[in-house]
Amino acid sequence: MQQGLAESSMAAVPRLSPAARRRQLREKVIAGFITLMAFTGIAALILIIVFVAKEALALFLEEEARHEASLSKMFLPQVVRQGKPAAFVWQPVSSVPKVSMIPLFIGTLKTTIVSMVVAVPVGVFGALYAAEFAPRRLRELLKPVIELLAGIPSVVLGFFALMVMATVLQDTFGLHTRLNALVAGVGLALAIVPVIFTVAEDSLTAVPRSYREASLALGATPWETAWKVVLPAAAPGILAACVLGFGRAIGETMIVLMASGNAAIVSASLGDSVRSLSATIAAEMGEVVVGSPHYSLLFFIGVQLFLFTFVLNMLASTWTKKVMKRLTGSAS
Amino acid sequence: MKTFFKSLVAACLLAMPLAAQAGTLTVKGSDTMVILVQRWAEDYMKKTPATKVQVTGGGSGTGLAALQNGTTDIAMSSREMKDAESEKLRTRYNTSGVEIAVAKDGVTFYVNEGNPVNALTMEQLKGIYLGDITNWKEVGGPDAPIVVYSRENSSGTYVFVKDNVLGGEDYTSSAQTLPGTAAVVNAVAKEKNGIGYGGAAYAKGIKELKIKTSGGEVAPTAENIKAGKYPLSRDLFFYLRNKPSGEVKAFIDFALSAEGQAIVTKVGYFPVK
Repeated sequence: MQQGLAESSMAAVPRLSPAARRRQLREKVIAGFITLMAFTGIAALILIIVFVAKEALALFLEEEARHEASLSKMFLPQVVRQGKPAAFVWQPVSSVPKVSMIPLFIGTLKTTIVSMVVAVPVGVFGALYAAEFAPRRLRELLKPVIELLAGIPSVVLGFFALMVMATVLQDTFGLHTRLNALVAGVGLALAIVPVIFTVAEDSLTAVPRSYREASLALGATPWETAWKVVLPAAAPGILAACVLGFGRAIGETMIVLMASGNAAIVSASLGDSVRSLSATIAAEMGEVVVGSPHYSLLFFIGVQLFLFTFVLNMLASTWTKKVMKRLTGSAS
Repeated sequence: MKTFFKSLVAACLLAMPLAAQAGTLTVKGSDTMVILVQRWAEDYMKKTPATKVQVTGGGSGTGLAALQNGTTDIAMSSREMKDAESEKLRTRYNTSGVEIAVAKDGVTFYVNEGNPVNALTMEQLKGIYLGDITNWKEVGGPDAPIVVYSRENSSGTYVFVKDNVLGGEDYTSSAQTLPGTAAVVNAVAKEKNGIGYGGAAYAKGIKELKIKTSGGEVAPTAENIKAGKYPLSRDLFFYLRNKPSGEVKAFIDFALSAEGQAIVTKVGYFPVK
C-alpha cells in the first residue's frame, strides 16, 4: 500500500486512461454549459436594463420631451387650470400634457402599505402557527393549501376584488367609491400572503432544535419559546420574506389595475381611488405613440420601479447581515 | 320565395358581367366600425358569393391614408375627413373624395337606476366631468358625492366626449378610468352615486340620462339620433376616391338597404335611413 503510493507519486506525469480522459472532457463540457446558462441569465437582465433605460433616456436628451416633461413638471406642483391653485396632475394625453408623478407615487404607496399591513401579520403568524403549534396532520394540509393560493393568477384575484370585495368593503366602511386604495390593497394582500408565509415558514423550521429544547428546559412555555426564542432567531428570514412581499406588491399590476379605479388623486384617504405606477404603464403603453415624450415617460416610470425594488433589496440584505452577526455573536 | 331568389340571382348575373369575375373588395379604417362592417360583409358574401369583402381595422386615420395610397377601396371613418387628407386625394387622384354616412353612433350618459336624476344639461355634464360639480344635490339629486367614471385615454369615445362635452378641456383627475363600455355600465350599476358614458347600452341597474336642451329633454333614442335632435351623436362614414360603381356600389347599397340598417341596430348603433 505504502509502496504503491510512493511509486505513483514517483511517476513524472500520471498517464490518464482514455476512459478517464473522456470523463474529464464531459465534466468540462457540462461545467461550461452551466456557466453559459448562468451568464445568459445575467446578460438578459443587463440587456433589459439597458433597453428600458435607453427608451427612458430620450426624456432628457430630446428637446420636445425636455420641454413637455421636465423634472420640475414631474415633481413640482403645476397650474393646470386658469384661476385654480397649482396642483399635482397626471394627464399626459391633453393639449397641454401634465405629467406629475406625485399622484402615482402616492397611489403606489397607499396600495402597498395597505397590503403589507394586512399580509405581514397574516403571513408571519400563519407561518409561526404552522411551524410551532400545528399538529402534524394539519400542518401537512396547511402548507400545500397556502402554496396553492400562490398559484392563483392575479387576474382572478383582481376580478374577485373588483366584483366581490369592493361591494363588501364599501358596505362595511361606508366608503364613497367602490374602487379605492383599500380594495386594491386587500386584493394585493391575497397575492403576497403566500409569498411571505412560504419563506417565513422555511426560516422558522430552520431554527435549530437545540434552541427550543434549551428554552423549554429552562421552564419557558411553548408560547414563550415561539415568541421570544424561535421568532427572533428566524428574524433575518422573516425580514427577507417581507421584502419579497413588498417587492411583489410594488410591481403587481393586474390586481391594482382592476380594483383601484385608476384615478390619479392626491389625498391621504384610503377611501379614494388611486392610480399606481405599474397600472399606469399597463393602461397607457398599448396606445401610446411610439417615441413620443409620453412613451419615454412610461419607460421612465419602469426605471423608477426597478430602482425602488433594487434599493429596497440592498437595504434589506445589509440589515439581514447585521442581524445575523448580532445573533451569531450573542450565540458564541 | 325560392323562385324569386333564383330569378334575382339570374337577373344579377345577366345585368352585371362584372360580378361574374370574382372580385375582392377591401374596407379599412375605424376600429369602432370594424364589427359592424364585418357583419355587413358576412351577410353580403352569403348573398353574392362571387365577391370577397375584406375588412381590417387600425383606426380612422389609417383607413384614410390607405385610401390616398390606393391600397383600399373603401375607408371607414368615425370622424370627418380633414382638409389635409382631402387635399392629398386631390393632388393624387384629382378627386375630392366621396363621403357616405352609413350609420350613426350616439354617446349616452348613464346613472344608477336608483338615482332620481333623469336629465342633465350639457353645462351640468361638463361641470361634473371637469370636477366643478361634485355633489348630486347641485343638479337636483340627493346629497351624495358624484362618482365619475370615464374611459382610458386611448379610447375614441374618451376623445369624443372631451371634444364635444368638455370643450377640449381635461377631465377631472378624480375620474376613474375603465376599459370599455361594458365595464362602465357594470360599475354604474353597482355604484349608486356613479355616472358614466359610452355607447348605447341596455343593461340592468342603469338608466340612460336624457339631455336637457332649449327644446325640452331629449332621450338618446333611435328617432332622436336619426333626426339629429340628440346633441351627442356622430356619423360613421365610408369614404371613396370616386363615385361608387360596380361591386363597391352594390356593397354600399346593401349597407344602406333596410336589411343592412337592421344589422346596424343589432350591433348597437343607429340607422341613418
